[in-house]
Amino acid sequence: MAEHLNANAVSPREENSSVSAVSPQEYNSVSAISYREEEQHYDTISTRKKRERRQTRRRTIIAIVYAFLFLMPTVLTFTNSFMTASEINANYGAIFASNNSGGKVFVSQTVNLKFIPDMVTFSQYATVLFKSPEYLIKFWNSVIYVVPIVIFQLFVASLASYGFARYRGKVKELIFFAYIILVLMPYQVTLVPNYLVSSGLGIVGTRWAIWLPGIFSPFAVYMLTKYMRRIPYSLYEAASIDGAGEWQIFSQICMPLCRGGLASIAILIFIDYWNMVEQPLILLDNEEMYPLSVFLSRINTGEISLAFAVAVIYMILPMLFFLYGEDYLVEGILYQGGIKE
Amino acid sequence: MVGDLDRRLRRNAAQAAQADMQAAAQAGMRASARAGARADAISRGSSGRNSKKGRFSSWLFLAPSLVGVGLFFVLPFGLVIYYSLINNPVQHRFVGLHNFITTWNNNAFMLAAKNTLFFSAIAVPLAVVLSLWLAVIMESRIPMKSTFRTFFLSPMMVPIASTILVWQVLFDYNGLVNGWIGKLGIDKIDWLKSSYAPLVIIILFLWKNLGYNMILFMAGLSSVPQDQIEVARLESASEMQIFWKIKLRYLSSTIMFVIIMSLINSFKVFREIYLMTGDYPYDPLYMMQHFMNNTFQNLDYQKLSSAAIIMALFMVVVIGLLLMIEEHLGRDLEV
Repeated sequence: MAEHLNANAVSPREENSSVSAVSPQEYNSVSAISYREEEQHYDTISTRKKRERRQTRRRTIIAIVYAFLFLMPTVLTFTNSFMTASEINANYGAIFASNNSGGKVFVSQTVNLKFIPDMVTFSQYATVLFKSPEYLIKFWNSVIYVVPIVIFQLFVASLASYGFARYRGKVKELIFFAYIILVLMPYQVTLVPNYLVSSGLGIVGTRWAIWLPGIFSPFAVYMLTKYMRRIPYSLYEAASIDGAGEWQIFSQICMPLCRGGLASIAILIFIDYWNMVEQPLILLDNEEMYPLSVFLSRINTGEISLAFAVAVIYMILPMLFFLYGEDYLVEGILYQGGIKE
Repeated sequence: MVGDLDRRLRRNAAQAAQADMQAAAQAGMRASARAGARADAISRGSSGRNSKKGRFSSWLFLAPSLVGVGLFFVLPFGLVIYYSLINNPVQHRFVGLHNFITTWNNNAFMLAAKNTLFFSAIAVPLAVVLSLWLAVIMESRIPMKSTFRTFFLSPMMVPIASTILVWQVLFDYNGLVNGWIGKLGIDKIDWLKSSYAPLVIIILFLWKNLGYNMILFMAGLSSVPQDQIEVARLESASEMQIFWKIKLRYLSSTIMFVIIMSLINSFKVFREIYLMTGDYPYDPLYMMQHFMNNTFQNLDYQKLSSAAIIMALFMVVVIGLLLMIEEHLGRDLEV
C-alpha cells in the first residue's frame, strides 16, 4: 500500500517498478488487467494530463500524415497545371507520350515528382480555353447533364417528400420502403431497367436518356423525406387551421424550412452526376455527347500537357461548392447516414 | 494488499450494477417518450383522416415522383424479371431458371462476380477500420480540427477524371511509385497489370471514401452518452476499455450503415478502373460493371436481366443480414 502511495507522485514507469516489487504469489493472485486498472486509479491528475498531451501529440502527427496523403494528389494536379508544356512532357513523358517529342525535349526515364513548376505559366489554361474547343464542349456537356438533373430531381423530390411527410399511411410507408431499396441498389442493377425503358421510348443516344432517370432518381426523395419528417407537425397543422391550402403550406412553410436540406442534397447529387461514367457509356452511343468525366481519360497522348489544366478546370466547380458548402455536405452525409431514422 | 484490491473490485462491481440500473431507468424513460411519440402519431393519423382533401392532395404531391420512379425503375424491373425467364425477346418462351444457370456458368460473369466480391470483402472492412481510426483521432483534442476535416473530406469532391490522372502518374510502369521503389533497389512493377492491381484500386477507394465514413463515425462518436464514459473513467477504465466496451457498442448502428454505404461505393469503383484500363482490364480488375457493359454491347437481354436480378438479390440478402445483425447488437441499447 505504502509503495503505491509513494508512486502517486511519480511517473507511471516508476510505478511499474513498484508493481514488480510485489511478491510473486500476490502478483499471480490477481489478473494483469486488474493491475493495470489499479495503476490508473492511482494516477495523479498531472500524469494523466501528461499522457493525454502525449497522446494528442501522437494523434496530431498521424493526422498530419493522413492529411498529406489525402491532399497530395489534389495539390499535384493543381501545381502541375501551371507548368509549361515542355516541362510536363519532360516530367511525365515516360508515362503518356510514346512518340510525341521527336527527340526535341528531354524525356526522363521515370516520372519526376515536381510540385513547384520551373516557370509558372497560364499557357495550358489559355490553350484549353481558347485553342482546343473539344474540352470546353465536353465541359459544357457535363454542365448540361448535371444542372437540370440537380434542379429537377430536387423539385420532384420536394413535392414527393412533402407527400410522404405530410400524411402518413401504411401504403405510403410501403412505397417509401421500396424507394429505400431502390436507393441502395447499385448501378449494375438499375441501369438495366433504365436502358429497357429508354430504348422503349426511343431516347437511347439522346440527352433525355441521361436526364429522365436522373430526374426521377429516388435518392433525393429518400433524403428529403427524412429531413422533412423532422419538421414539427404542429407547424403544418397551425397553418392548416389558419386556412392555408396544401400548396401554400408546402411552398410557404415547408420549403423555407428545408433550405439547408436542399443544399446538402444538391451537393451530393452534384458530385454523383458530375462523376458519372456508367450512364453515358451505356445510354449514349455518340462520344461527342460524353461528359468530361469519361472524355478526359481518353486524352490524346500528344495533349498530355493539357491534362492537368483540364483536370483543374473540371475540379473548380465541385471545389467551390465544397469550400462554400462543406457544412451542408457534412449535414447531407449525416442525413444519408440515419438509415433507420 | 489483496484484500484491498478485492474490496475495490467488489465496489466496482456494485457501482457497475448501479450504473446498469440507471441506464435501464433511462431506457425506460426513453421508451415511454417513444410511446408518447407514437400516441402523437396516432392523433396525427386521425387529424389526417379528418381532412380527406389533404390526404388526397398529398397523393398529388407524390404523383410526379411515383410516375417517374414507376416508369424508369419499377415497371422496367418487372420487364427485367420477365426477360430473365424467357428464352429470347422474339419467341417469348418460358424457360424457368435456364437463363440464370447459363449466366451463372458464364466464365466472364463468374470472374466479374468473384473479383467484385473479393474487392468488396477487402476494401470495405479496411474502409470501416481506417475511417473509425480517423474519427477517433479527430475526436481527440488535436489542433485545427476543422481544417483537418476539410482535408480529409476533400477527396470526395475531386472529380474522377482528375483522380485517375494522378493515379496514372503514381502507378504507371514508369510512374512515381516505381521510381521510389527503384531507389530502394526493388524491381519495377507494372502495377495495373500485375497481381498488385487490386491493391492500387483499394488505395484509391480508401483515399476517396475515408472522409465520408469519418464524418458518419464522428457523428456516431459524439452521440455516445458522455455520462457513461465519465462513469467508466471514474471506475478507472482504460481508454482502450472505454473504446471497446462502450463506444463501439453505441456505434454498432453507425458501423452497419458505414458498411452498407462502403459496399455500395465499392461497386462504383468500376468508374476508376474503367477510366484507367478500358473495357477489358487485367483479369483481377474485371468487375461486375465491366461484364454488364460488355453484355450491353451485344444486347443480350437474357444475360443482362438475370445478372441484374442475381445482383439485386445479393444486395437485398446482404443488407437484410446486416440490418438483422444490427438489430441483434443494438437491442439492449437505447440511444
